[in-house]
Amino acid sequence: MSKTYGILALFDTPPAIYEAAKSVRKAGYTKWDVITPCPLHGMDGAMGITRSKVPIFTFIGGFIGFWVGMFIAWYMGAYDYPLIVNGMPYFSPIFPFPVAYEMTILLAAFGTLGGMFVTNRLPMHYHPVMNYDRFERLTDDKFAVIIEAEDALFDMQKTREFLESFGPAEVTVITDEEEAE
Amino acid sequence: MPRRPIIENGRNFAWITQKVCGIVEGRTPQWWWVAFVISCMVSSFTLMGLVYLVSTGTGVWGLRSPVMWGWAIVNFVFWIGIGHAGTLISAILCLLRQKWRTSINRAAEAMTIFAVVCAGIFPLFHVGRVWFGWWLLPIPNSNAIWPNFRSPLEWDVFAVSTYGTVSLLFWYMGLIPDLATLRDRTRMVFEKRVAEAKTGFAVGFEKAYFVFRKYFYGILAMGWRGSNRHWSNYEMAYLLLAGLATPLVLSVHTVVSFDFAVANLPGWHTTIFPPYFVAGAIFSGFGMVLTLMLPLRALFGLQDLITQYHIDCMCKICLATGSMVGYAYAMEFFIAWYGANPYEGFAFVNRAFGQYAWAYWIMISCNVITPQFFWFKWARKNLMLVWILSCFINVGMWFERFVITVSSLANDFMPSNWDYYSPTVVDIFTFFGTFGLFGVLFLLFIRFLPLLAFAEIKANSPDADVHRDSHH
Repeated sequence: MSKTYGILALFDTPPAIYEAAKSVRKAGYTKWDVITPCPLHGMDGAMGITRSKVPIFTFIGGFIGFWVGMFIAWYMGAYDYPLIVNGMPYFSPIFPFPVAYEMTILLAAFGTLGGMFVTNRLPMHYHPVMNYDRFERLTDDKFAVIIEAEDALFDMQKTREFLESFGPAEVTVITDEEEAE
Repeated sequence: MPRRPIIENGRNFAWITQKVCGIVEGRTPQWWWVAFVISCMVSSFTLMGLVYLVSTGTGVWGLRSPVMWGWAIVNFVFWIGIGHAGTLISAILCLLRQKWRTSINRAAEAMTIFAVVCAGIFPLFHVGRVWFGWWLLPIPNSNAIWPNFRSPLEWDVFAVSTYGTVSLLFWYMGLIPDLATLRDRTRMVFEKRVAEAKTGFAVGFEKAYFVFRKYFYGILAMGWRGSNRHWSNYEMAYLLLAGLATPLVLSVHTVVSFDFAVANLPGWHTTIFPPYFVAGAIFSGFGMVLTLMLPLRALFGLQDLITQYHIDCMCKICLATGSMVGYAYAMEFFIAWYGANPYEGFAFVNRAFGQYAWAYWIMISCNVITPQFFWFKWARKNLMLVWILSCFINVGMWFERFVITVSSLANDFMPSNWDYYSPTVVDIFTFFGTFGLFGVLFLLFIRFLPLLAFAEIKANSPDADVHRDSHH
């Protein structure tokens, strides 16, 4: 048997979805989402999304990168096999700086992309919202609000009426078929 | 003054999606096959040149005392420089909130990656015994010796490999939402195409192609679903990658210029090299973007998305960076005179009037005079002229690297040591072939990936304004 995932309301324009998102947040729902084909400026504020955690991953990557760059130059050129070049000191933080600099950027970039995947819990090749029969329009030109059944305030009848009050193009129940066993 | 629109004729979201996805989803145009076959043939020149080089030795590249760096380093710097426009467009213009970048960043980033691929071939094979190429990396080898981190050439290994990798990551992240759109359209496209198929073979092909597209776009899209909670992290990551790519792109050509500037050779040993090389790289890269985008715009009818405004902006950047390069040429001469070092002074007089004067004046006319046409609106509006001028910029920037590399090496401190360097036919073939390799990669990109970053174009269009109805 398939389980109800939530109720989806489809909208045609960004202002409509923006107003709907503000109202859903105001009504006190916590487990809900907005699906848009492109990022909409101001939507994060309307949904009450706090600042992204991705910069933490970027910093960790960059921090490790810099010290790895410095460490390999010291370990390889001064410790493991002291390399004599023009009688200069085996190690100084100046000459390996370009290497450490590039390593900082390299690992920070991996941290950023990895952080984006971790914070978004991607890859996730199946998600119940993809069961929506017009899902392909949501990555094209339509916008949707979806309130999950797991939300404490969720009520099949009331939530549906609540979403219908914004004048959406359609309101549909989304089921989670993978749960069926 | 009202802002010029970045999308003309008020195109809506659905039109943009259809326009860009249609390029990938439609039938392969005949010109694509013609161009692809020609590119493959051209790239075989590189393959043959490299096979001959590896089986014989680097002498086949015309390298002999005193010119031990010939076309290989020239071609390397040329291709790396081409790539820089892609990162400039995707990263620096993103930080500067230049919205017009969204129509051209995808193709320019692809150009970056393919240019780095072409660039990497030359130093890798220049080492001669290419199977020892991995000694460049900090991996323990059988001699128990590690790389020398004091060498700018080793810095280059890190700079260029980081540049290639980060460009790829940035490009891929930008592609994810667009790949999701292509993924979601796969079934619709299949149904349309299978209805058109007349023979059983055609139906079978469509089915196989559908399976390929389903998995190719499906896997690469990572299950992206356009959730705003995702967009929030995505936008932050995008901004951070732009912030990381900006110092990276400036550092890469700086390190490339260190390959020269750290040497004590007259004409190379100058502190102006890093900014001068970076400006030159951006100049050459925008030249290449124009050379590529003008024909693509006409072929795919993208005039509403890549407008005259975009072309104006690119021309103006060419003008600005070209003028910086011209200033650097003049300043090099001034410092050579003002520094009162006779060797330095000679190196520059020799560049302009010595045995390589012909190359020097090609460089000056292509790089300093050509972009000055972009002061004028009539020149920027004449797209044929813009395209021809952009080709001149490509030629001129190649000659800049040739002049710097070869004229300083061929005529160094002692006249008894001088020589006249000429490339061999193997040099010419190997370089010629890289254009084919670039073409093959770019044509595959056009065929399988979205040419324009349409999610970003939509986000910057007036339709995406959530307060549109309340504007007065």
